[in-house]
Amino acid sequence: MEAALDLIVPILAATLRVATPLILAALAGLFAERSGVVDVGLEGKMLAGAFAAAATAAVTGDVWLGLGAAILASSALALLHAFACVTLRGSQVVSGMAINVLAAGLTATLALAWFRQGGQTPALPPDGRFQPIALPGAQWIAEVPLLGRLVVGVLGGHTAPVYLALLLVPLAAFVLWRTRFGLRLRACGEAPGAVDAAGVSVAKLRYAGVMIAGLLCGTAGATISTAQGAAFSTDMTAGRGFIALAALILANWKPWPVLWTCLLFGLLDAVAIRLQGVPVPGLGVPFPVQAVQALPYILTVILLAGFVGRAVAPRAVGIPYVKER
Amino acid sequence: MGHQVADIPDVTSAQGAGGAPPAIECRGITKRFGHVLANDAVDLVVRRGSIHGVIGENGAGKSTLMAILHGFYPMDAGEIRVDGRPVTIRDSADAIRLGIEMVHQHFMLVEPFRVIENIMLGAEGGMLLAGGEAAARASLARLGRDYGLVVDPDARIGDLPVGARQRVEILKALHRGAEILILDEPTGVLTPQEADDLFRVLRALRDEGKAVILITHKLREVMAVTDRVSVMRGGKMVAHRETAKTSAAELGELMIGRRPAAAARPAPATPGPELLSVQDLRVRDGAGVERVRGVSLALHAGEILGIAGVAGNGQTELLEALSGMRRAESGTIRLRGEVLPPCDAAAMRGRGVAHVPEDRLRHGLVADFPAQDTAILGYHGDPMWRRVLGLISNRAVEAHAAGLMATHDVRPAAPRLRSSLFSGGNQQKLIMGRELERAPDVLLVGQPTRGVDIGGIEAIHRRLRAWRDAGKAVLMVSVELDEILALSDRILVMFDGRIVGELPAGADERQLGLLMAGAHA
Repeated sequence: MEAALDLIVPILAATLRVATPLILAALAGLFAERSGVVDVGLEGKMLAGAFAAAATAAVTGDVWLGLGAAILASSALALLHAFACVTLRGSQVVSGMAINVLAAGLTATLALAWFRQGGQTPALPPDGRFQPIALPGAQWIAEVPLLGRLVVGVLGGHTAPVYLALLLVPLAAFVLWRTRFGLRLRACGEAPGAVDAAGVSVAKLRYAGVMIAGLLCGTAGATISTAQGAAFSTDMTAGRGFIALAALILANWKPWPVLWTCLLFGLLDAVAIRLQGVPVPGLGVPFPVQAVQALPYILTVILLAGFVGRAVAPRAVGIPYVKER
Repeated sequence: MGHQVADIPDVTSAQGAGGAPPAIECRGITKRFGHVLANDAVDLVVRRGSIHGVIGENGAGKSTLMAILHGFYPMDAGEIRVDGRPVTIRDSADAIRLGIEMVHQHFMLVEPFRVIENIMLGAEGGMLLAGGEAAARASLARLGRDYGLVVDPDARIGDLPVGARQRVEILKALHRGAEILILDEPTGVLTPQEADDLFRVLRALRDEGKAVILITHKLREVMAVTDRVSVMRGGKMVAHRETAKTSAAELGELMIGRRPAAAARPAPATPGPELLSVQDLRVRDGAGVERVRGVSLALHAGEILGIAGVAGNGQTELLEALSGMRRAESGTIRLRGEVLPPCDAAAMRGRGVAHVPEDRLRHGLVADFPAQDTAILGYHGDPMWRRVLGLISNRAVEAHAAGLMATHDVRPAAPRLRSSLFSGGNQQKLIMGRELERAPDVLLVGQPTRGVDIGGIEAIHRRLRAWRDAGKAVLMVSVELDEILALSDRILVMFDGRIVGELPAGADERQLGLLMAGAHA
């Protein structure tokens, strides 16, 4: 039993850790797409956030200033996206992809120009990083046989963003389903004409949705560079923005399912990391980790093809709102 | 603005009679779209406790006027008073604040939402939904009791039939405190039973002291439910009447106006054998509403059969069913005496039934394609321009298009020019040319000259007559009375999905107008 825990606890703890930026980014996508704006620019916004956080934290030595900078950088891109999609009624996919390309190039260039370390930021001092937080009462909970160790080992000792992400899930559910803002935002993603006819501005709501996405993506980016990592390196988001988008689709654009799908993808990632370099029994070749890492995308394709359940996107997502007649 | 009031005596009497100022009073409302004057100094006075009909043909300016009242777009000039006070309506929020609510023809509902959420949208009663929901439920129950508007607050809109959705729209308006309720063609999607229920609700609202504005082109409804009626034509308000003191015949005439006599038409060719016939055809539209309700007709070689009617009375769906674009619900279609199996558009064309669709830009051509590609749409499989491996030879297509443009006088004769850059008339000549090149026995044509200039109209009419004279059959759907009268050898009038009358060539225009307005009953 103890041996099993030795194996399971680190994997589950790692699951939570790697799922955190996914949860934040998927919730970002949730707000943007529920308002009716497709957000394939999650990746770029996260990357900009990761760079801004690491660069600021490296210079100031303050992790919270880093988070603030990450949110600013990501929000600036979000504003650009909102302007292109809502005000100019441009193609939302094209705008999102442009943001991804822009962020990939800009972060690498600025990192090289400012720090001259081959596109990396300097390694962060302890104060420039999110430190693990001990679970209150961990000593006593750990006393409980087996279960205590499982709880403390999996839930304890994470950084602030991990707990933040977990808290944001119920908060997002509350905001979207229990508040006036949430009702209007969701209506905007389904039938903007009805919102307009009710005397409410579609543009303002869509700006709000996209800007919330900017805020959350910035936080996700800061998590990657200053909580999981200790510096920025080129392209360090490594497609997490797209994984988050896949999680959002798999979760049918709903907050609680977003948590579960992100945890599932996090688990796959954690397992893949654990299996790295482990030979396949009897064959002697290393385990094909890429197969595990590809699973999120395969699952998404299967779902979109209609094999498992049905993915129902907000009806008006991707369509710029133009008054008819 | 004083002289305008004097021009229309009914307006002044409306003000003088009640003592209280009217619920809504519009003076000199003017709205221009580009060169089109959609509303030309329009006056309208609607009193509390009345149902006021606004009637007119398609494009008469009714919808524009109502959109201005509801804040959908601003007016260029004019004045609006609500309860005697001058007001400014910049957007829907302003209109809602003033108690002006609109039930749109295409419902403004969020389908995945529940009824209660739709009712609350925009009038949530606080930051949190929980607080306002109890109040909204109570208000829903009360409105249901008072007006007989019963809907399950927890049902999803997507699961509700059309009639119930409309009740939700009305409830939404009343929940937001509507004092002036505008309904845009509300019965278009309803069964007669549902329409009767709606009228009952409207009467209850009137008796409560609300002002109800009913936009429609159905004269029977106007006569049945309104207290007063205003008639629009060509962007102008042409008459105001007390419903009790007018008749469907008078309103129909006001709506259609006096038209110049139709151009002298050549004697019709003698009709030949029956080519296309239809028995008891029923067709539903995309929303599942039955639009063609048991139509039977016969089309003979050597005749132009005109289908007249105000737009939206089932002509579109009839044409779609005959051309194979839409599957008929029931009924039989015979071609040269043989019963046709269900056919798609390609199969119908293959059998010699060509189709020039009503909506040129959606169904007739691809706006961004060069004219030469539009000229072979639907016939792109023809071996004439297929080469090795079935590839289409652009050179052959261009040559074909150039020939077609010369024969049919399409200008400019530039096959490579984008289809959208041609004028409406030349687009139509191109499409008509494409279909006629196939020498079809039967030509179905919808609104042949919509958006076509005078010269183009003449050319298209000449072409249709020539086709008829060549012994072919032409079935023409048109909302233009002049066109129907100028071309048809026989006229069938459609109203509410049925053929309500048949008239010979050179029929009396007034009689035709009355049939079109549904005044046969």
